[in-house]
Amino acid sequence: MTGTGTRRSLSFYLLAAFFGLFVLFLYGPIATITILSFQGPEGGLTFPMNGVSLHWFRNLFEQQAVGDFGGSFRRSIALGLTVMVLTVLFSLLAGFAFRRRFLGSGALFYLAVASLIVPSILVSLGIGLLFNILGIEPTWYGSALGAHLTWTLPFGLLIVFAIFNRFNPAYEEAARDLGATPWQTVRHVVLPILLPSLIGVGLFGFTLSYDEFARTLMTAGSFNTLPLEIYGMTTNVTTPVLYALGTLTTLFSFTVIGLFLAGVMILRRRRLRRTGGAA
Amino acid sequence: MTASAVPSEASSASAAPRSGGVRRSMLRRAVPYLQAGPLALTLLVFLLVPILTIVAVSFWDYDSIRIYPDFVLTNYEELLTSPVTWKTYLNTVKFAALTWVITLLIGFTVAYFLAFHVQSTTWQMVLFLVCTIPFWTSNIIRMISWIPFLGRNGLLNSGLISAGLIDQPLEFLLFSDFAVVLAFVHLYALFMVVPIFNSMMRIDRALVEAARDGGASAAQVVWNVILPLAKPGIAIGSIFVVTLVMGDFITVRLMSGGQSASIGLMIANEISLLQYPAAAANAVVLLAVVLIMVVAMLRIVDIRKEL
Repeated sequence: MTGTGTRRSLSFYLLAAFFGLFVLFLYGPIATITILSFQGPEGGLTFPMNGVSLHWFRNLFEQQAVGDFGGSFRRSIALGLTVMVLTVLFSLLAGFAFRRRFLGSGALFYLAVASLIVPSILVSLGIGLLFNILGIEPTWYGSALGAHLTWTLPFGLLIVFAIFNRFNPAYEEAARDLGATPWQTVRHVVLPILLPSLIGVGLFGFTLSYDEFARTLMTAGSFNTLPLEIYGMTTNVTTPVLYALGTLTTLFSFTVIGLFLAGVMILRRRRLRRTGGAA
Repeated sequence: MTASAVPSEASSASAAPRSGGVRRSMLRRAVPYLQAGPLALTLLVFLLVPILTIVAVSFWDYDSIRIYPDFVLTNYEELLTSPVTWKTYLNTVKFAALTWVITLLIGFTVAYFLAFHVQSTTWQMVLFLVCTIPFWTSNIIRMISWIPFLGRNGLLNSGLISAGLIDQPLEFLLFSDFAVVLAFVHLYALFMVVPIFNSMMRIDRALVEAARDGGASAAQVVWNVILPLAKPGIAIGSIFVVTLVMGDFITVRLMSGGQSASIGLMIANEISLLQYPAAAANAVVLLAVVLIMVVAMLRIVDIRKEL
């Protein structure tokens, strides 16, 4: 790199423009439906705006014909939180295990990676069939939970691997030399160092589960999660109420992401302050 | 690293009386299994056993009411002799290839800009986050959000008409193969950006500097230095994009309005008709095809040093 302060070349501006277009491509559509969700009561699915109102948001909450929006939203949040907790816990534990060689560690690693590659619909179909054959009723908190974990756990595991790869064992040795028990070492040394990354694992766990469609399709049983509900709406709702729902769920996602990122940043800052004070 | 995993147990074990030490060392050996247990159990019950179930059911028989345990090859025969299957595979591979090429070009360019042209690390992180945040929002909503753009009276058509480029709205924008590939690129470009960016950030800047000092042009640096070193990232991104597109059914169904087909969609349709053994046979073939594609990609590029 030429360092800061040098004259920027033409290629920088071309690439920056390309990047800008890419960001527009990423966010433009969702911004459009956000605007269109404020359509007047007479408005349609496309521009022009026919007045501005909150009609479709109100519609979303009062009209029961749309489906069980409230219930599916609550189920998706409960499921997302469960997946989040289990993903953090299981991948952290497995991360500790993988720091040593154990029988089957290679096979388990390949199984986890395979979980990322196997098409979602196969997981859905397989679990659906399995439960069908065993005569177990699929439920969103049972079979769908398992289906979601097959998607979130590999991400969690790979993130935990990345952390442990950069982890300096000297901290643990120091704690041990000072007479800490294994539990104390984990509790007061390892976990605080890992915490920001574990928040990242949690973010993956919650949001991937909250938005998962394909893996829920055959595993949710008789009660819909939010993505299933939204999908149902796309086939029979042709009013901006669809956009209102899209706007609300996206806003919710952004809030969740914002909270997680804020959490990571607060931890970073606190640590910086602490190490700065020590120096 | 391996020795220091649960080190203090080792030291306390050596200090303990002999019989207690044996029990302790056995316990210590059991620790990694207990730690990996929840992950292993989850993947066994919800991934491995379900896939084995699919394989088993693909040999079962069925009628319009229920499925029967059996060992018949008719599901595979019907699948592989039907021209519809081959046409659908061709279509799915076409989607995968188009999406792969486009996301690769976009992903490489965006990652290259972020890694080599954005100077401050803060801006690098901010812009990287801007690229990744949509990954954590709903795919279905992101597909729906193309309707006001691509529809008959959508922004694109009205823009083109008012610019005088066309006089009638283009019908092929929404509910077409074009819309499907557009949505795939929109959904999955991040899967290319992130691993390629990750690979590029590990490239030693001295190599780029040396190439430049040796008289290489910017294009030569990209082609001869950065591209080869970014290959593991490209491979990981490609595996994600190709497997996601190959197994997709929801994007094809929503964006083509039922006018196009993919293998995933074919399986989903068989499921909704309760033809589980047919769906299972289809799924087994799809899994085999996807695995072959992944192995082929891994043959070309060694990604192990990325993990």
